[in-house]
Amino acid sequence: MAKLASAFVSRLVIIIPYAWLLFFFLIPFFIVFRISLSQTAVAMPPYMPVFDLAGGLSGIAQKLREFSLDNYVWLTEDALYFNAYVSSVVIAAISTFLTLLIGYPIAYGMAKAPRSLRPTLLMMVILPFWTSFLIRVYAWIAILKPEGLLNQFLSTLGLIDQPLIILNTNWAIYIGIVYSYLPFMVLPIYSALEKMDLSLTEAAQDLGCTPAAAFWRVTFPLSLPGVVAGCLLVFIPAVGEFVIPDLLGGSETLMIGKTLWSEFNSNRDWPVSSAVAIILLMILVIPIVYFQNIQAKADGEGR
Amino acid sequence: MEKWSRFNIASVVLGFGFLYLPIVLLVIFSFNESKLVTVWAGFSTKWYGQLWQNQSLLDAAWVTIRVALLSATCATVLGTMAALALVRYTRFRGRVLFSGMVYAPLVMPEVITGLSLLLLFVAIGFDRGFWTITLAHITFTMCFVAVVVQSRLLSFDQSIEEAALDLGATPVRTFFAITLPVIAPAVFSGWILAFTLSLDDLVIASFTTGPGATTLPMKIYSQVRLGVTPEINAICTILIGVVALGVIVASIVTRRREAQREKDERAAFAAIG
Amino acid sequence: MKSLGSIRRSFAPWADPASKPFISFKNVTKKFGDFTAVDDLSLNIYTREFFALLGASGCGKSTLLRMLAGFEQPTSGEIILDGQSLTGIPPYRRPVNMMFQSYALFPHMTVENNVAFGLKQDRMPKADIAERVAQMLKLVKLEKFAKRKPHQLSGGQRQRVALARSLAKRPKVLLLDEPLGALDKKLREETQFELMDLQQELGLTFVVVTHDQEEAMTMADRIAVMSHGKVVQVATPAEIYEAPNSRFVADFIGDVNIFDGSVTSAGDGYVVIETTGAISVRMASAEKPAKGARAAVAIRPEKIRLSRQAPAHAPTNAAEGEIWDIGYLGDMTVFHIRLKDGKVIKASSLNAVRAVEDPLGYDQQVWVSFGEDAGVVLKD
Repeated sequence: MAKLASAFVSRLVIIIPYAWLLFFFLIPFFIVFRISLSQTAVAMPPYMPVFDLAGGLSGIAQKLREFSLDNYVWLTEDALYFNAYVSSVVIAAISTFLTLLIGYPIAYGMAKAPRSLRPTLLMMVILPFWTSFLIRVYAWIAILKPEGLLNQFLSTLGLIDQPLIILNTNWAIYIGIVYSYLPFMVLPIYSALEKMDLSLTEAAQDLGCTPAAAFWRVTFPLSLPGVVAGCLLVFIPAVGEFVIPDLLGGSETLMIGKTLWSEFNSNRDWPVSSAVAIILLMILVIPIVYFQNIQAKADGEGR
Repeated sequence: MEKWSRFNIASVVLGFGFLYLPIVLLVIFSFNESKLVTVWAGFSTKWYGQLWQNQSLLDAAWVTIRVALLSATCATVLGTMAALALVRYTRFRGRVLFSGMVYAPLVMPEVITGLSLLLLFVAIGFDRGFWTITLAHITFTMCFVAVVVQSRLLSFDQSIEEAALDLGATPVRTFFAITLPVIAPAVFSGWILAFTLSLDDLVIASFTTGPGATTLPMKIYSQVRLGVTPEINAICTILIGVVALGVIVASIVTRRREAQREKDERAAFAAIG
Repeated sequence: MKSLGSIRRSFAPWADPASKPFISFKNVTKKFGDFTAVDDLSLNIYTREFFALLGASGCGKSTLLRMLAGFEQPTSGEIILDGQSLTGIPPYRRPVNMMFQSYALFPHMTVENNVAFGLKQDRMPKADIAERVAQMLKLVKLEKFAKRKPHQLSGGQRQRVALARSLAKRPKVLLLDEPLGALDKKLREETQFELMDLQQELGLTFVVVTHDQEEAMTMADRIAVMSHGKVVQVATPAEIYEAPNSRFVADFIGDVNIFDGSVTSAGDGYVVIETTGAISVRMASAEKPAKGARAAVAIRPEKIRLSRQAPAHAPTNAAEGEIWDIGYLGDMTVFHIRLKDGKVIKASSLNAVRAVEDPLGYDQQVWVSFGEDAGVVLKD
């Protein structure tokens, strides 16, 4: 009996978080999907219970007939949405690439640092991540403004006569994303590089590679899992980013997160914003599943 | 012995400069006398003084702190359970779905999480406000806790648990007497992470909030949209200070404890040898 | 001194003053901060020699090897290879290859590509690379595993891939850092002989670093015993074992009984030492230490005889004691005999016949004795 009870208790460890995530994470997606199929006419959301089985089979059939793809048709008809999706993916891809370009040397430098210094460096990379995202994005406004600190600095040096227009352009968004997501890129690459056997690069040099060749033929290929994880950790959330394009981007900057936000808050069109979210999710489902796979694989190795 | 080359040092220094300079500038200009945040006009703490007169700001701060405390605590319990489930039970029905649900929120765009939770609360007719924000925060932060605790559990020597079971402790007692003390630092950093994530969140809170529940990030956001002011710099500086202090203290505490443990172990080995 | 070197084989370029060394360490010092890893060390290694650097961890043997490979630069001094100074030459331009302790196989490449790696760096034509790789894999008997990745191989197979990879470029010198350290005992013994055969077959110079004295004794033509960054003795395995030049070497290699005492008389080719246990030891010695000087005699366990009756030469080179411990090892038996003064002597005897009629047993009184040429006199 006691054994049975304790088996049940240990089952609870699975059941409680499982149930929580089912209810608060998975089911909401079905609701979003359900609402994306309802009529746009209402400015406020449909309040009918989503899982109303009281009507029996005929009730469900009735509901099914009410479903419409109008919202999706609407999205395809309006070029604005299509452009927003494309430009989100493009901006996220460019930013991810820039983050990799800046993040890799940092991670590499950290992995090569004296062992005693590494925990401190690691903490220093993580620390900005703990401070508010909003604040970090906000900090860039004062720097990038036409009369901001960057332009003041550059004109004092005599490098520019005219202030650079960066704020409210895509460049500001790139800078914002690179800045905000840099730790996500650095950490996985660092951990891939740090656990790498140093004698591998020595072996490559011993066999005739110059240090640069040894890097490209041995070190870089072996750090690829970290690079891929870092890129996904930056790319996926960047596609749906809202705060950065809203604060740093211009009015003509199209990003889907911003579109969704304004569709929801300004137009109060819940069915259309649901449809926008569903399509965004469909775009991201492949990288997300890929990310989960490598995460699960990493667990398997750690075991 | 690998050398730390000049190139390596330069990339680390420049990288850290890039990471910290904007924050440092923000802090500096919170002490600016002038209303202009980009022109230095002398040292002043007047903007901090003005914050204390701003009642709506203080209310928002109070809401934010309550949400963060409550959600971080619940998320830590749930996240630790999830981590245990993932590490200790390698096979159970629906494990793939479960691990998917744990990892997906880490990268899920906040607008999607926020929207979907809002629609859930609407669908079940839950009044929006303090509690809906808290529930939403528990949901997305518990996954971060799970990942942090999980990585500690993976490097955990399971034989000490088996030893406890062998000596007659029940699984539940083993968990509280053996497992929890060992993973406590990870659970603690999970809590801190959940707390700061909740403190920082704008998007999910904006979606799931209702009348009367405005959090600090929402307040800051609505002011930021109107432009940069030294007053916002001051709030941000306080927030940064609180978080930085918390994180630094936590890391010093854990590192000291770690160092002490290593020292004890060495002493023990020396005594044996 | 009798010629102990000839026990092995008649390969002894070091004994010939006309032969030129292939590798020379000249007053090499290496410091890491305050720590001196290699201390003003000079050493010659000859072509086709199988040379072992032996010592406990931290004695500087690996640093020496890494300086030869080019991963570390000497703080002062010079290393000469085949008449050329290696100073300033990076590892990728040195005609030496190294087999790493961890093997350092590239995990993202197949066995084949691992072996081909160095050849590709030399821009060797593709067909030649394929041929050389096949040849190398045949040499280490891994033809069937060409397409596997390192993690699909056993420890012994990985070791052979590492060997094939480091030999593929036909280096002038092969450096081996604890080459057999990761293998289990049985495999290690087999591989020792394989390595020796390979070295003979290819006619290469091998420099091996090891902390395992048995490994060094089995494989090497000469051994340099190192301690605290210095070479304590360089000699053939037989010389190192039978004629250690110091207490450190005698103690480090194999088992030994050391009798401390002071010289009471010394004649032509012999010394008499009164030891602290009040045994008088008369030992053959080329040198003639002064009377009253401190000296020690080292005698290997297998050179100690056990008997129930006192030997004729007692009390010189003999003492009475009690059997304290018996360790039966199969091929031989090890006895620990406790002398009257409490000193414990180790003696071993071969089990040449399957059963002895009246074997020595615990607590029995026995005499330990040894001949005049059984041990070696150590100064200091």
